[in-house]
Amino acid sequence: MTELHHHTLAELAAGLRARRFSSVELTKHFLERIERFNPDLNAFITVTAERALEAAEAADRQLAAGEGSPLLGVPIAHKDIFCTDGVLTTCASRMLSNFVSPYDATVVERLSQAGAVSLGKTNMDEFAMGSSNETSWYGPVKNPWDPTKVPGGSSGGSAAAVAARVVPAATGTDTGGSIRQPAALTGLTGLKPTYGRVSRYGMIAFASSLDQAGTLTQTAEDAALLLSVMAGFDPRDSTSVEAPVPDYLAALDQPLQGLKIGVVKEFFDEGLDEQSAALVREALKQYEKLGARLIEVSLPNLPLSVPAYYVVAPAECSSNLARFDGVRFGYRCENPVDLLDMYTRSRGEGFGPEVKRRIMTGTYVLSAGYYDAYYLKAQKVRRLIADDFAKAFTEVDVLMGPTTPAPAFDIGAQGDDPIKMYLNDIYTIGANLAGLPAMSIPCGFVGHLPVGLQIIGPHFAEAKLLNVAHGYQRETDWHKRIPRGYE
Amino acid sequence: MSLTRHDVESIAYLARLSLSDAELPAYVDSLSKILHLVEQLNAADTADVEPMAHPLADQVQRLRDDVVTEEDRREKYQRNAPAVEAGLYLVPKVIE
Repeated sequence: MTELHHHTLAELAAGLRARRFSSVELTKHFLERIERFNPDLNAFITVTAERALEAAEAADRQLAAGEGSPLLGVPIAHKDIFCTDGVLTTCASRMLSNFVSPYDATVVERLSQAGAVSLGKTNMDEFAMGSSNETSWYGPVKNPWDPTKVPGGSSGGSAAAVAARVVPAATGTDTGGSIRQPAALTGLTGLKPTYGRVSRYGMIAFASSLDQAGTLTQTAEDAALLLSVMAGFDPRDSTSVEAPVPDYLAALDQPLQGLKIGVVKEFFDEGLDEQSAALVREALKQYEKLGARLIEVSLPNLPLSVPAYYVVAPAECSSNLARFDGVRFGYRCENPVDLLDMYTRSRGEGFGPEVKRRIMTGTYVLSAGYYDAYYLKAQKVRRLIADDFAKAFTEVDVLMGPTTPAPAFDIGAQGDDPIKMYLNDIYTIGANLAGLPAMSIPCGFVGHLPVGLQIIGPHFAEAKLLNVAHGYQRETDWHKRIPRGYE
Repeated sequence: MSLTRHDVESIAYLARLSLSDAELPAYVDSLSKILHLVEQLNAADTADVEPMAHPLADQVQRLRDDVVTEEDRREKYQRNAPAVEAGLYLVPKVIE
């Protein structure tokens, strides 16, 4: 028997319109699943059941009147980095463990205005800094495919929740791979749009020249549905792009005949798990069958993307996180003796080890005497990397390769070595540095663990990426697999 | 390059972070490792390369008219403050 949680977001939206079930029924069904599975998964920090049921009732009234957008009445969840008016918004940090946001992020506002019903806020790496969801103040999230494995990060709670079908789709953010890497590790479709495509207003800042909001969904079609609502100009974000939003759904079914796929040579160099590589090559063959042409391309400066990122991102993070001072909001230490003591102890106690490490890295590379050698140098290398991508896109329509070096790793496996953890994002960081849209879609399994295929496009080519992903998902069923125990 | 304990103490001071003596050695080690990773950048020839601060080449920062667009929401905002009195944020005494 097909259960409600076996459906994609698009199918649920169609079911609501056809009145096969109500938004209240749907909302209750997923809230019950959260109640049943979340104690093990730890995918949610806050569940907003009451608000969700109220929103669902309102959606049902509108549906009865035949009104509303395509997302009216469908349940979703937000990564706990998006400010939500009247709801605890923690960014998975002790620093914000008491912060009830006084306003909505644009992403939250737009989805709520479209009638999507938010079930709550998902767990994540603290301040989105991490690739395993282990840095959360609220504890690690389990991967539904194997509870001893990480779900990836930083959008690990959103990924685990959608993979376990305790919510049909969720939002995420991607600064260096934080949507695509967890999507790959949990068998989902993850979309990071072009920098500036989706407003950053109300999205707690990590590295402002890299941060971008996106989606974790079962299918490319679901990503198109959500992006259609999330994307667009917002005067409240100074880097929001003033460009029209195309019809992402209309482009989905275009044939892939003649598509030129650049296979990135550097993605297949040493360090890539052999079985994952074989699955990615298999997916490329599938694209050839669909009429695409494979062209090997080289991005010679790509190996420098991790070092460039670990200057630029911490530098921006040290500046952004200076706002947490224990004065206006957030954690304040007990009994400060003076102002300096209040600043240093509030921050020292409020931030976790990885966040402190990145703040200090950023502080160092921006400090007098080191700025040119580190920060300016990294910004120059960033341009070299972006130029490599731009050159490749004069020859091909999209680039493809693996999303991650290997499938999900054990919780606790990467211990105290930050470099080992940073290298998880070796294939994803390039798109952030260059501001490009990129996706991860499931392309098979190594044992019982999912593997992701990464697709990168030129600026504002989301419609093309979604079309390319959808074309593959029409021919394959990797994206339909549900982890055992969650059927 | 490798950092010393003293280096990390002064970075932590600049960043306004209190670190315990027990925490320090781990940061000395991991921050040194990160700087070592970052030094790979020296391999790139970046003579005549313009630093890139914004990922979209032709974007300019927008300006808006200098008019009031936000309403007063001080009361709501102050509900998140650790300590307020008479609409003011309280901090430890700054001037003796």
